[in-house]
Amino acid sequence: MADLEELYREIILDHYRNPRNRGELDPPAIRVEGFNPLCGDEIVLSLAVTDGVVTDVKVGGSGCSISTSSGSLMSAAVKGKTVDEVRELLATFKGMLSVGDEGEHDPSVEPTPVNLRSLGELAALQGVAKFPVRIKCATLSWNTLAQGLDEIAAR
Amino acid sequence: MAAVTSLDVAAIRKDFPLLAQVREGKRITYLDSGASALPPHQVVSAMATYQETTHANVHRGVYATAERATHLYEQARVDVGRFIGAAKPASEIVFTKNCTEAFNLLAQSWGLANLGPNSAIVLTEMEHHANIVPWLQLQSRLGFEIRYLSVAEDRTLDLSNLAHLLDGASLLSVTATSNVLGTVNPIADLSAAAHAAGALIAVDGAQAVPHASIDVAALDLDFLAFSPHKVYGPTGIGVLYAKAAHLDAMPPFLGGGGMIKDVRLDGFLAADGPQRFEAGTPPIAEAVGLSAALAYVSGIGLDAIHAHHRSLTTYALSAIASTFGDTVKVQGPADGPNRAGVLSLTVDGVHAHDIAQVLDTYGVCVRPGHHCAKPLMRRLGVNATARASFGIYNDRDDVDTLVEALAATVNMFA
Repeated sequence: MADLEELYREIILDHYRNPRNRGELDPPAIRVEGFNPLCGDEIVLSLAVTDGVVTDVKVGGSGCSISTSSGSLMSAAVKGKTVDEVRELLATFKGMLSVGDEGEHDPSVEPTPVNLRSLGELAALQGVAKFPVRIKCATLSWNTLAQGLDEIAAR
Repeated sequence: MAAVTSLDVAAIRKDFPLLAQVREGKRITYLDSGASALPPHQVVSAMATYQETTHANVHRGVYATAERATHLYEQARVDVGRFIGAAKPASEIVFTKNCTEAFNLLAQSWGLANLGPNSAIVLTEMEHHANIVPWLQLQSRLGFEIRYLSVAEDRTLDLSNLAHLLDGASLLSVTATSNVLGTVNPIADLSAAAHAAGALIAVDGAQAVPHASIDVAALDLDFLAFSPHKVYGPTGIGVLYAKAAHLDAMPPFLGGGGMIKDVRLDGFLAADGPQRFEAGTPPIAEAVGLSAALAYVSGIGLDAIHAHHRSLTTYALSAIASTFGDTVKVQGPADGPNRAGVLSLTVDGVHAHDIAQVLDTYGVCVRPGHHCAKPLMRRLGVNATARASFGIYNDRDDVDTLVEALAATVNMFA
C-alpha cells in the first residue's frame, strides 16, 4: 500500500481531477496524436512554438490518472521555456523513470541520478518508476511532445 | 442465495498451485481467465512427462519414440475434434500458433481463394481485433466489402438487418461470446441465416469454448477458431476447425517442411488434410497439454462449469449493483442465460488502468484496457474497461474480494 500511495500522490490526483491546459489550439499551432496501445489512452497535443520558445500547449484526449496528470504537469512545466530547455527537461524526466532513448523501461538501467529539484512538481511522478507497466502512461505526453518538437524542427 | 453450483471449487483449487500463493498476506484472486486461464497441475505434468519421456519430432522418425510422439500429436487432434463435435475429428482440426493465427489462416487461405472485388463478408462491431484486422489486411489486397452487424443498446447484436447484410455475402464471421460484454450470440440462428443466404459461417470460440459445450456438427459451423490457453491448456497453440469439404479445397497458408507431398526446384505438391496447413515443426508438447486440458475439463463437465459460471455471474452482478448503484457500471447485457461471466467494469471519473492498479493491491487480477476490441470501445463510448472474468477455480469469496477492492478504488478517487 505504501507504494500505491507513492504512485497516487495528492498532487497527481489533483492534476487528474483538474487537468491544466485542457483543449486544442488553432493552427498554426501543430497537433500531434499519441497512443498507448496497452490501455487505450489517447492524447492530442497542440503545440505553439515561436522563435524557439514554447508559447502555448494544450492537451486533449483521454487517459488514466497517470497519463492525464503527467500531461497536465508537462503542459504547465514547458510553457514559456525554450525548445532546448524543454528537451533537457524531457531527458531529466525520463532519467527519473529509468527510460532509455527508445522510450522503453529498462529495468537493468539504474535510474539516472537527476536533480529532482529541477523537475519541480514533475517529481511527484517519481513513484511511477516502481510500476514498470505504468511508465508508458507517464511518458505518453512527453513522447508526444518530443514528436511535436521534431515535426516543428523539420519544417 | 442458494448455491446452484455442483463444482467442488475447494478441490479444484488444489490443482492450481498458483492460487495457493499468498502475497502480503492476501490470497490471489485470479479474475483474468478471459485473458488466459491457469493450467492445472495435470496439464503441466502431461507436458513435462512428454518432454522427459517421449520428445521427438513428429511425422518424420521411424524409431519407437518418434512413432509415439506422432501418435500423441495426432491423438490430440482427434481429442480436440471430439471435444467440439467434429464429424471427422482426425481431418478437420488444424493446429496453429494461437487463435489469432487461426483467423489469419482462414483469411489468407479460404479468403484469398474465395473473395474478390465483387464479394462481401459480414462481421460484427463486437469482434476481437483477431476477427477484424486479418480481413482488413485482405480487403486492402482484394477490395471486397466488409459489412458489420451493430451492437444494440441492450448490448446484444442488432439482427434486424441481418438478412439484408447477408444478401450476396460469402461469409459471416462472428464471435460466439463477446470478450468485453459477455454477450452470448445466437450462433444456431446465425448459422441457419448465413446458410439460407448462401454464405458460410466462421465462429470465434475463444470465450465460448471454455464455458459451454459447442457442437460444430449440430450447429452446422463451417469454421471455428479457439484458444487452448483459455481452456486451461498451454499457450503457443491455437485451433482452427474447418469442415473437411472446405479444408480439402483450401490452398496452403504458410509454406515449408511438413506441408508438402513433393518439392521440385520449380514447384511443389501440397500435403492433404490438416498437415497442409502445418508448416514446420508443430507445437507438439502443447498439443499434448491441450489434450490433457480437454480431458480435465471434460472430467469436471462443461454443463457443471457453465452452471457454476452462471451462478457466479448472477451473484457478482447483483453484489456490484447493490453495493455501488450507478457508480460502478458493468458494460454488457442484463443478467440472463445469454450473459457470460465476463464483467467489464467502468467507474465514472476513474480510468480502468487505475481500477486495476488498486485492485492489484488486494491481490485481485483483472485486465484493464480495450481488450483488443477498439471498434466496440468506440461504440460503447469508453476508452477502456477493467474486465473481471471467471474460471472454474473462482468462488463467491473472489467476488466478495473484488467488491471490497472496488469500494477502496471508488474511495480513493472519489
